[in-house]
Amino acid sequence: MDSILFLIFAAIAVGCGLNLVLQTHPISSALSLVGVMGSLAVLYLLLGGEFIAMAQLIVYAGAIMVLFIFVIMLLNAGGERRGRKRLWAPWAGAPMVAAIIGIGAYLIQRAAPRTAEVTFGAFQHGNPSDIGTNLFENYVLPFEITSILILIAIVGAIVLARKEIE
Amino acid sequence: MPASYFPAPAEYLRVLPEIVLTLFGVAILFFEAVLSEARKRIFPPLAAAGLGAALAGSILAYGSPGAAFHGMILVDGFATFFRVLVIVVGLLAVFASSEYLRRENHPGGEFYALILFSVAGQSVMASANELIVIFIGLEISSIASYILAGYLRDDPRNSEAALKYFLLGSFATAFLLYGVAWIYGLTGSTNLEAIRRALSGGGAPPLMLTGAAAALMFVGFGFKISAAPFQIWAPDVYQGAPAPVSAFLSVGPKAAAFAILIRTYQTAFGPVAGDWQPLVWACALATMVVGNFAAIQQSNIKRMLAYSSIAHAGYVLIAVAAASQIGAAAAMFYLAAYAFTNFGAFAVVTHVARKGERYVKIDDFAGLAQRQPAMAAMLTIFLLSLIGVPLTGGFCGKFYIFKAALDSNLVWLTVLGLLNSAVAAYYYLRVLVVMYMKDADGPAEPLPAAGTGMKLAVYGSAAATLLLGIFPGLVLEFASRAALK
Repeated sequence: MDSILFLIFAAIAVGCGLNLVLQTHPISSALSLVGVMGSLAVLYLLLGGEFIAMAQLIVYAGAIMVLFIFVIMLLNAGGERRGRKRLWAPWAGAPMVAAIIGIGAYLIQRAAPRTAEVTFGAFQHGNPSDIGTNLFENYVLPFEITSILILIAIVGAIVLARKEIE
Repeated sequence: MPASYFPAPAEYLRVLPEIVLTLFGVAILFFEAVLSEARKRIFPPLAAAGLGAALAGSILAYGSPGAAFHGMILVDGFATFFRVLVIVVGLLAVFASSEYLRRENHPGGEFYALILFSVAGQSVMASANELIVIFIGLEISSIASYILAGYLRDDPRNSEAALKYFLLGSFATAFLLYGVAWIYGLTGSTNLEAIRRALSGGGAPPLMLTGAAAALMFVGFGFKISAAPFQIWAPDVYQGAPAPVSAFLSVGPKAAAFAILIRTYQTAFGPVAGDWQPLVWACALATMVVGNFAAIQQSNIKRMLAYSSIAHAGYVLIAVAAASQIGAAAAMFYLAAYAFTNFGAFAVVTHVARKGERYVKIDDFAGLAQRQPAMAAMLTIFLLSLIGVPLTGGFCGKFYIFKAALDSNLVWLTVLGLLNSAVAAYYYLRVLVVMYMKDADGPAEPLPAAGTGMKLAVYGSAAATLLLGIFPGLVLEFASRAALK
């Protein structure tokens, strides 16, 4: 059952991911991204990451996607224009991507230890209380310094976008 | 509630520099909002005071060395060396920029706040002992750098530099994160010492996968230190960014990135050192060759210094390739000497460029020796140190790096490195020739005398360059004791 669900949602994720790149209109790409994020949430849930699955849906598929769509609407971004490079880019890029994926898959297949394989639902520490304990105990320093990172991003947005008031 | 929720006082002491820097940064942002325009002159001294306090803080923190916050950071000699280095570079950047920002009609507290936050990020990188902390520190430093590169946003050169830096930097960070994810999947930990244990024990994961993960992470680090073939961004960014920002970017973030590179590769990937050595070997050679041969053809001095800074990253990579304690010490010493030298050179360029950075061609330095002999003399010291002439920090740095490489039997890399420094002498000497032997064509625009801040930055860098060249023992002894085994 788990494997069937995994295959279905993994296929949806890959399909939506491809569509994201191939679409020429930004809104279509953004909607494909919703599909990728939704199916990723299901994959997390299958592995036992309850909290991360919910966060994926609420934060990424919800809040961040709304922001993306807002920006696309605000900039009134139209369809992608076809440049001259587009003619040969797929022919050069597609084999390279295929090669990278192929080599990666081969490496993992050859070298990955069978004993360390992931099993569905084996991970038991994905609920919010476990995450909270970890976040505020072991990972309290990264959690706190992330706030500097966010502060810098806000300051940067203001520095680069504000109007000069004389 | 378990007692471990509350960190011990000593643990707070060990992150004191980061706390101080962040507090001063936030204070500057607050004063930017409430103070009147006339009072905003206090920002440079305030930022300098913050950096001074952080400097004292990092020395205090060294008084109680050890790990803190569940092994997230590790305060040791290595961390303290790099903390002091990046804070002093931040101090020089504040001195060199105050005059520049007033000249460009862009005095603003945000610039100093961003410098402080960026230094805080580099300080986190210097002491990080865990991959997530390394990543967050790197991002703090990088995002502040992207914004600083585009700070004068009405200047299209700035915007271009910031956008290129941001796009390529984010791409490189993605590689780093992917490598971190692989390492976590393979070893079950993100703590560097735990990774080392997992890699050295009997149940070590297959070398092929560890190698792939280490290579992915090297792409991320290689971008930040501008190592070939990930150096494409550096010339465009250093040329387009405001000159004092280029000075800061070419030394501070680079030194911190080398700190995490050395710590990750020597601590976590130490057990597989023999396998990553050839990779770093090839990268060091490519970086030196690309940097030096491209620098020869430049007519813009900022672009020339950018390629030269790529070449110097190559020399430091030689020391990293040595993968030994003496190699790490040589890299630390070289980064310190290079930081003062390169910063000083960029500071003189900032001074000569004048308003709007109109004078950044090498030919614009013609006759500088007659117009401002002091500045010309200082630039001479910096260029001689970049060549590696005895009695300057650059000479001792190169000497220790090549010695470390020979001790690790990297004979060919040493020979090729020496040949590269000979090539480099050509383009540095060209600037000296222009400065001393050519007269400016036509009546040149008068060059105003340097202000106090700029003098502090230039003379301070020159003094440090000479001090490291004449008394290298002071710093080298500390570096050898502090270097990772």
